[in-house]
Amino acid sequence: MRLDLTAAVALKALARNKMRSLLTTLGVVIGVSAVIMMQAVGQGATARVTGEIAGLGSNMLIVLPGGPNHGGFGGNLRSAPQFTRDDLAAIRREVGAVRTVAGVSSRSIRAVVGEKNRSTNLSGVTPEFFDVRGWQAERGRLLTEDDERMAQKTCAIGQSVSDDLFGGQDPIGAELRLHDLSCRVVGLLERKGVSTFGQDQDDFVLIPHTTFARRIAGDDHHGTLMVSAVSEARTDEAKAQIEALLRQRRRIREGEDDDFNVRDLREIQNILGSVTGVLTTLLASVAAISLVVGGIGIMNIMLVSVTERTREIGVRLAIGARSRDILRQFLVEAIVLASAGGAIGIALGTAGAWALSRALGVPFMFPLQAALVAFAVSVVVGVVFGVFPARKASRLRPIEALRYE
Amino acid sequence: MPSTDSPLISLRAVTKVFGQGEAAFVALRGIDLDIAAGEFVAILGTSGSGKSTCMNILGCLDSPTAGSYLLEGIAVEQLPADVLARLRNERFGFVFQGFNLLRRTSALENVELPLIYAGVSGRERDRRSREALAAVGLAGRERALSNELSGGQQQRVAIARALVNRPEIVLADEPTGNLDSRTSREIMELLGRLRTELGLTIVMVTHDRDIAEYAERHVVFRDGQIVEDRRRELAA
Repeated sequence: MRLDLTAAVALKALARNKMRSLLTTLGVVIGVSAVIMMQAVGQGATARVTGEIAGLGSNMLIVLPGGPNHGGFGGNLRSAPQFTRDDLAAIRREVGAVRTVAGVSSRSIRAVVGEKNRSTNLSGVTPEFFDVRGWQAERGRLLTEDDERMAQKTCAIGQSVSDDLFGGQDPIGAELRLHDLSCRVVGLLERKGVSTFGQDQDDFVLIPHTTFARRIAGDDHHGTLMVSAVSEARTDEAKAQIEALLRQRRRIREGEDDDFNVRDLREIQNILGSVTGVLTTLLASVAAISLVVGGIGIMNIMLVSVTERTREIGVRLAIGARSRDILRQFLVEAIVLASAGGAIGIALGTAGAWALSRALGVPFMFPLQAALVAFAVSVVVGVVFGVFPARKASRLRPIEALRYE
Repeated sequence: MPSTDSPLISLRAVTKVFGQGEAAFVALRGIDLDIAAGEFVAILGTSGSGKSTCMNILGCLDSPTAGSYLLEGIAVEQLPADVLARLRNERFGFVFQGFNLLRRTSALENVELPLIYAGVSGRERDRRSREALAAVGLAGRERALSNELSGGQQQRVAIARALVNRPEIVLADEPTGNLDSRTSREIMELLGRLRTELGLTIVMVTHDRDIAEYAERHVVFRDGQIVEDRRRELAA
């Protein structure tokens, strides 16, 4: 029998049992749509994380107190020595691969305007900070050398702080109180939105580092140094030079661990990329298992169907079907079910992924590769789990099949 | 082509045993039976007499344990399964007691089925199926689903399906067993008319003497043997 006729016979048989065909294929539909959704959201999240970090500047280094063995990200901030103004000046003066260095010290604080107040993140920054981060003022101006030198009571604020405390009114020129420090808002920075990890990137108040040192911290140390290398190519060189310089300044001997840590953003990017990659793989394997379960569902129903349709098979054999016609019919039925399930699953999964991406605020990316693989796998699932029932059907003896009640 | 003096169907010393050892059941004990082209044969007998087994062997649905089955001089029992399938498709038409139509399937699609397995495609298949339905008096009912038809109509569809691939031999197993007497007469008259028109050979299993009256030859089975083989003139 020709293949198109086999397909026609199989399709008619499936159409006679629309409800059952639909239910049979449901397992594969769910499996495939799960694969697509997981892949799409995983890829979107990865793209967003790497994009965010790339936005920080690929030639940026962050110098943190505490050695690399002190337990991860700033695990030992208190005991490790912070950076002095002299450290900053020395890096700026002596490291050739460094374009500019900014000092940053932060703590959380309650900012008050009139009746309103908000807990926010206060940072004392040197004027180079804006250059290193690439931040621009939307209104007013950035903090300048003059602000820093004269320890002016000025501040630049993020959009969330402005929205919350000034409620849409122009904050420029207004007074903002931080504990007993009252400072004038001179700049409103551009909106940066919410990060992948749910952090509001517009929730901050920036004041000159000298002001921070005198009025808030009581010392003039920098908690973190942000370094911009001359170019991305010279980032490694800058990192090595900073390490050597700081070891020398702090008299760390050969073989002793650093009490500071220079982080390259590319490393962080790689780490985060691999974390999201592992998550994506994990989710995809769970989804793949559900695809196999869907295949077993197809096999189960096909086996029941062979038994239930024994008489039909007998009639077909009596009127001239060869056993391989029966084999093909049932195999094609299984493949059609599985691949239809795959196609529906891709459609549903894409829609679900789009909705989920919107909800999570990650970019929507159609996982073409995953879709192709999932479809191919569902066809294979149809073949693998269809062969056994189809062989069972094709091996029926005509007379026994006809007599079956 | 069959030679004029050799019968269309020839069974020689056909024996059929089901099961083995103690549980073995001998359904046919060395049957000899010749059927010529164009005959209308009724096979009679009580249940367990071996008449259905004989019918299944004739239709290549089952093979004899011993003995030979010659169809136009060809030893059928030695043919491979695929060739038997083709014989069933091209040479035989089957009519069953329970009609055995595909459920929730239109009359036309049921009739088309043998042509699909014969590899007849598209328009030709449609044309021949409509012709066959018209020949059994069901023109206009092509789209009716099998479960929407009465028993008599379903059997007509089954007869159309049996004849659509133009076989020479129709094997009917209790074709009226599920029908009332009036519908039974209609079906038998239809079979008789088609036989004359198409020059068919019909072998029909029945236990109903009235139905057997439509056949011109009665072969009676008892305990796996033929106890009577009688030709008779058909009533006009």
